[in-house]
Amino acid sequence: MSVGRAALVGALLVAAVVVQVSVLTPLVPTGVAPDVVLVVVVAVGLCAGAADGAVAGFVGGLLLDAAPPSDHLLGQWALALTVVGFLAGTVDRGSRPSWFSDAVTVAASAFVGTSLFALSGLALDQPGVAASSVLGVVALATVYDVVLGLAVVPAVRALLARLEPTPRVRW
Amino acid sequence: MARTRTRPDPEPRRPRTVLLVLLLAAVALITVDLSGAGSPARTVASTVLGPLESGANRLLSPFGVDTFATRDRLRDENAALEEENARLRGLVASSGVDRKRLAEYDALAQYAQAAGLETVDAHVVAVGSAQSFRRTVTLDAGTARGVRQDMTVLGPDGLVGRVLSATRTNAVVLLLVDADSVVGARVGGDHELGMVRGDGSLSGSGRLTLDVLDREAVPKEGDTIVSWGSRDGVPYIAGVPIGRVEKVVESPRDETAEVTVAPFVDFSALDAVSVVVGARTGS
Repeated sequence: MSVGRAALVGALLVAAVVVQVSVLTPLVPTGVAPDVVLVVVVAVGLCAGAADGAVAGFVGGLLLDAAPPSDHLLGQWALALTVVGFLAGTVDRGSRPSWFSDAVTVAASAFVGTSLFALSGLALDQPGVAASSVLGVVALATVYDVVLGLAVVPAVRALLARLEPTPRVRW
Repeated sequence: MARTRTRPDPEPRRPRTVLLVLLLAAVALITVDLSGAGSPARTVASTVLGPLESGANRLLSPFGVDTFATRDRLRDENAALEEENARLRGLVASSGVDRKRLAEYDALAQYAQAAGLETVDAHVVAVGSAQSFRRTVTLDAGTARGVRQDMTVLGPDGLVGRVLSATRTNAVVLLLVDADSVVGARVGGDHELGMVRGDGSLSGSGRLTLDVLDREAVPKEGDTIVSWGSRDGVPYIAGVPIGRVEKVVESPRDETAEVTVAPFVDFSALDAVSVVVGARTGS
């Protein structure tokens, strides 16, 4: 990943954190809000591969762990989103991107990411994480993320491609 | 000694190695934070991201996005006031100045004093999502305006929570409904003491659970719960309304009662709050 691309991804992640905690979560009445950071990490993984996806996931997760209203342990989201970025990066990138494969990838990633966070909370005996509430939260978050992903993944792909067109662009 | 390779690889990083290194780093971070040494990272992030959050929230507010919240709050306030009115009318109708009434006046007087305390007005600029399983919010006031750790946060209707941490520009508040929140409480009319815990509900206003210290005296439905107050008003000042007893489920076998309290504050629609910065203990 070039410096320009890395800077763009970094800026995207910071913006995603701010939008998630200050714009979307206060708006959504259910408490569960779309995971903007997770969706951006998935998009980076899809466009740039497993290694870059994992790095973006770690950085994005760390931002989410440390950004003001958070009171969970540092590293919990970093752990979950590193796995998410890696998994999204292993999806076959040879084929032409379609909205359907994007949606499936985002759904799987959202499920894995939010579940991993909840599991790490359960394993570390963190307050608030109850086995009874986990499933509902994870299911609702997955639905929100798929809807958000349909808009965000193509946008991130277009941004990254504009900044640094990949050599093989002809279909 | 072998020289390190400087040849630029076409595929310089192996994804699995990267994954392993990052996972280990994340686990290391968790371990460090478990031991309680993670606060510098939070301070740095809060210093940088806090103003961004305030800005993003300010951009959002002209669009009137919390119209529903405000209407909800007004409706709740109306309902609460009507109930209060009915209760006060009943109180006036009852004859004699008994101990219960005195205690209620006492609580009211303490709250009036609390209302006269030096406070800092602040807005909620960010909310933690349910995916993190905590109920915390960010305020746009920090140490620059006198907000410090463990200060009481009040809403227009009652107690909101306490300040967990504060940087120059922002502060993080633990809401009463968080699973980790415990507040010493007094059952309004009586002198009964208890502990109010958050039920950890992740959305909406949530409910609180009251553990009464004296097993003999179980509160009645409709009783008002106010904060007990701690020494020097840290972290909670005394006499702030918390909520009303909604349901009492008694189990005669183990002589305990499960008391559910409906908080006065609507935690899903928090906006303007005040932080008590000049705390004096009442009475």
